[in-house]
Amino acid sequence: MLKVKVGLEIHQMLDTKEKLFCACPTVLRREEPSVRFRRWLRLARSELGELDPAALFEYQKGKSYLYEHYEDSVCLVEMDEEPPHQLNPEALEIALTVCLMLNCKIVDEVQVMRKIVIDGSNTTGFQRTALIGIDGYVEARGRRIPINTVCLEEDAARKISESAKEVVYRLDRLGIPLIEISTGPVIESPEEAGLVALRIGQLLRMTGGVKRGLGTIRQDLNISVEGGARVEVKGVQELDLIPKIVELEAKRQTSLLEIRDELRKRGVTEDMIELNVADVTEVFEGTNSRVAKRALEGGGVALAAKLPAFAGLLGREIQPGRRLGTEMAERARYYAEVGGIFHSDELPAYGIAPDEVEKVRKLLNCDVMDAFVLVFEREERAIAALKAVVERAREALKGVPEETRAANPDGTTKFMRPMPGKARMYPETDIRPISITPELLERVRKALPEPPEVKYEKFVKVYGLNPSLAKRMVSSYWLDLFEKAVEELRAPPTVVATTLEGTLVELRRDGVPVPNLTDEHLLGLFKLLSKGLLVKEAIPIVLRHLAENPSLSVEDALRELGVTPMSEEEARERIRSVLGSMSNVVRERGVKAFGQVMGAAMKELRGRVDGEVVSKLVKEEFEKLLKEQASSS
Amino acid sequence: MGELEGYGDLALEVLEGVSVFDEIEVEREDGAVLRGVLLPRPRYGDPDVLVLKLPNGYNIGVSARRIKQLRRIGRVEPTRGAAAPQLSIKRSLPRIHLIGTGGTIASRVDYLTGAVYPYFTAEEIYSMVPELEEVALLSCETLLNVFSEDLTPSHWSKIAERVAQVFEREQPAGVVIAHGTDTMGYTAAALAFALRRIPGPVVLVGAQRSSDRPSSDAATNMLAAAIAAIKAPFAESVVVMHAGLDDTSFYVHRGVKVRKMHTSRRDAFRSVNAIPLAKVSLPDRSFHMLARRYLPRSNEVTLENGFDEKVALLKFYPGMGPEVLEFLVDRGYHGVVIEGTGLGHVATRLIPSVRRAVDEGVAVVIASQCLWGRVNMNVYRTGVELLKAGAMPAEDMLPETAYVKLSWVLARTRELKEVKRIFSTNLAFEIEERSENRFYPPQSYIERE
Ligand SMILES: [Zn+2]
Repeated sequence: MLKVKVGLEIHQMLDTKEKLFCACPTVLRREEPSVRFRRWLRLARSELGELDPAALFEYQKGKSYLYEHYEDSVCLVEMDEEPPHQLNPEALEIALTVCLMLNCKIVDEVQVMRKIVIDGSNTTGFQRTALIGIDGYVEARGRRIPINTVCLEEDAARKISESAKEVVYRLDRLGIPLIEISTGPVIESPEEAGLVALRIGQLLRMTGGVKRGLGTIRQDLNISVEGGARVEVKGVQELDLIPKIVELEAKRQTSLLEIRDELRKRGVTEDMIELNVADVTEVFEGTNSRVAKRALEGGGVALAAKLPAFAGLLGREIQPGRRLGTEMAERARYYAEVGGIFHSDELPAYGIAPDEVEKVRKLLNCDVMDAFVLVFEREERAIAALKAVVERAREALKGVPEETRAANPDGTTKFMRPMPGKARMYPETDIRPISITPELLERVRKALPEPPEVKYEKFVKVYGLNPSLAKRMVSSYWLDLFEKAVEELRAPPTVVATTLEGTLVELRRDGVPVPNLTDEHLLGLFKLLSKGLLVKEAIPIVLRHLAENPSLSVEDALRELGVTPMSEEEARERIRSVLGSMSNVVRERGVKAFGQVMGAAMKELRGRVDGEVVSKLVKEEFEKLLKEQASSS
Repeated sequence: MGELEGYGDLALEVLEGVSVFDEIEVEREDGAVLRGVLLPRPRYGDPDVLVLKLPNGYNIGVSARRIKQLRRIGRVEPTRGAAAPQLSIKRSLPRIHLIGTGGTIASRVDYLTGAVYPYFTAEEIYSMVPELEEVALLSCETLLNVFSEDLTPSHWSKIAERVAQVFEREQPAGVVIAHGTDTMGYTAAALAFALRRIPGPVVLVGAQRSSDRPSSDAATNMLAAAIAAIKAPFAESVVVMHAGLDDTSFYVHRGVKVRKMHTSRRDAFRSVNAIPLAKVSLPDRSFHMLARRYLPRSNEVTLENGFDEKVALLKFYPGMGPEVLEFLVDRGYHGVVIEGTGLGHVATRLIPSVRRAVDEGVAVVIASQCLWGRVNMNVYRTGVELLKAGAMPAEDMLPETAYVKLSWVLARTRELKEVKRIFSTNLAFEIEERSENRFYPPQSYIERE
């Protein structure tokens, strides 16, 4: 395999009480929003030339932005109707903590910047961001991975939907503090990429100041193989997927380089790949292809373009299930908003008949080595689509195009947009620069979280976790929640750790939607546990129920499941009645019936009485019954 | 050295031989090496902290106290960006004359230095608001360059004079004035009194979000103002700003009836004791009238210019003693508008001072700090006493409009009887004889449209 170079950019949402530049809570809402307003963003035309191509393309679509919000958790600041308040000191302290943990050098004065973003995701048209630390490192399996920058910035609005005319955004997420950590592009393998992401994630969670759950951490990857190009993969939400993405992207780039070499071998040069659009509508006048028929009936045309000497290459797989033809289709979809394209390597198929393919080939003067691309659409869009395809074909001759890609759930990636240009930033004059005084730094330094070794010692010696569980807990996703449950709620450490590192894993394996569980669910559960209002045996049952009904509170779940704890006396009564119904079995099998009795009792008392208590009571009552039976016979 | 203005002594020491916009490399005592462009020191913050723009675009501060070494690498020249392209606008479009007073409608950011440069040329305005190319043929001039809060009545005269001149010499469809929002209402009222008859509307327009940001309301407000200037059947002084939070509706408020009612919202401007004159919608560029009565376009230009600067606007408050009013009389003021409470009252202990003021030839007007509703001084005894003392009620005029009107009247005559007569005459729809239900609360006219 070729040498791969990876850089990570991690965006972590902070769990502060207030947003970065206003006093609104940092909560994402589930309910329907109550208010909406519509805006446009604009730049002076004289500035458009300097705009990055992706932003320019989006901007030129002239879409309006419809913003949705909530009166009680979004204020005029997010709506761009009031200047920002001063930078949230709580967020700044978390950022400084992260900087110190990542061995960064910290700026003496923080200057908040406006980074121009005109896709509407910020009501202002810019994202506020500040550089806090530079030049640090993180250690992963003995290697020092440089941390280039640590920034504190505001999160963007959530995109809810998009159509040709407008994009709908929700403002609840806008303004939540984010920490952005960028590593140097020096990571050398898929495994190492996963490891570095894991390590940084751990450090972040150790601060106790970060949010957890889907969408609260997003990782971008810069991946390039030797001779390839820098490709940015955006928005990876699952850590486990990182090695896979790196591996598949390396494979993709390698395959694209092979295609390039093959094209060169075939003697293809750039000037041979030209956009020559042929109208082939007449070929499809009696077609059986549903796509073609629908398009033509709707006033569309069939246009085709020849790709000289591309035969066999469009259909060549470059990632599982993805071909060069797929990449062309994605470009066509992005630039021309067409449904899709057809290429000759996959035809005849989709209702397009062999003789139709032949006719198109003839009209385009294709020989055996030539390929073609076909699109059914309104003329203007069809031409735009073919233009995008031909552009991609030209890039194939150069190798790997620099672009921004999005991760698919299977670890493959798809085209998202062209690589953004250099960020355009200017100072946020509404916010004063903030001095990072030695006193502030000292305070943050003193409050730094304990290093993992110290935590491990504490977990074993003070909390009584067994060494392997303690080790897992130290690097757990749930580390801060574990500490909170144990330290603040006084919940039994081993039960909490086993729940987080064992029960949740098992439930997930059983197909329970574990990501639905919130911190409130888990902490609520541990609180009841520490108050003796829940027995540990009930935990898996309750968690399963909550995961399946996430809007319930823990108390509701207990009530619905009927797993409120039972007194010892009541439990003994129940066991007696179980034994009563099984007295024949006991008489027949004697001591050998114990297992069966225990099973029945456990089933009866499941989740309501501590397991040890059940087994003690069953033993006592079983022996009592044996004695009674012996004396009565 | 002038360029390093703002930096403190310690900073100046390490910056020996360096000027702003030089590219420098500094080594901090902790070994951090930072390379970037030295920027001017902002007015606030620690003057001994150097501001560097790093190659990644971020600005950071480096304390001069912590700098071990500083090296000058080179210099970059700040740019004001490429000039806007020359355009060929259809000559047949209606013409609008645009007057700049210091409010910025177009500006450009230099991403190197962060400086924001305001522009006030037709090219730049077309560049910022390309839709205007299909709407109007613009001519532009910068008449004043003053912060809105620094404007005085003499500036009103200057603007009024220029507007009259432009209408006389160039016959545009309308005149648009870019104005800072803080005192836009005062200027709008002043123009309404000074420009007695004009051929087309004078439209004041501004921005609540600065024009350097992509979300600025400057461009849409400008476009709506231009549409109003062209399509309006009236020839009055008006303010055009956002009607709500959407970039789609804009109100045309009568200058004498409008007040900035919010510190920061786009829809800060509200008509008080009136409904807006008209509404403009985007992106369809439609214009429709809301009010029925207006001063129509005419061929005349009648300017009655000049404002008396010796007029004060006082707000009554519970602890106010008579000495405030006495002070103004002693200082030779010609007129005072008092924002009284409720229907138009002040503390009874002030009544003798009001009487003294009137006796000495000072015009005293009572408006209401309620803003909405009409002053009526016949209902309670204090009101009656004030009337007897010679105070004039402002009817349903805004206190600010009453102040501007009194200032205009006093520049015409100082004879109190005559002052009273002109002041209580409705000159520019500043007095509505009928208080309609829909005037208040101000949302109700939005809902009823
Ligand atoms: Zn807020």
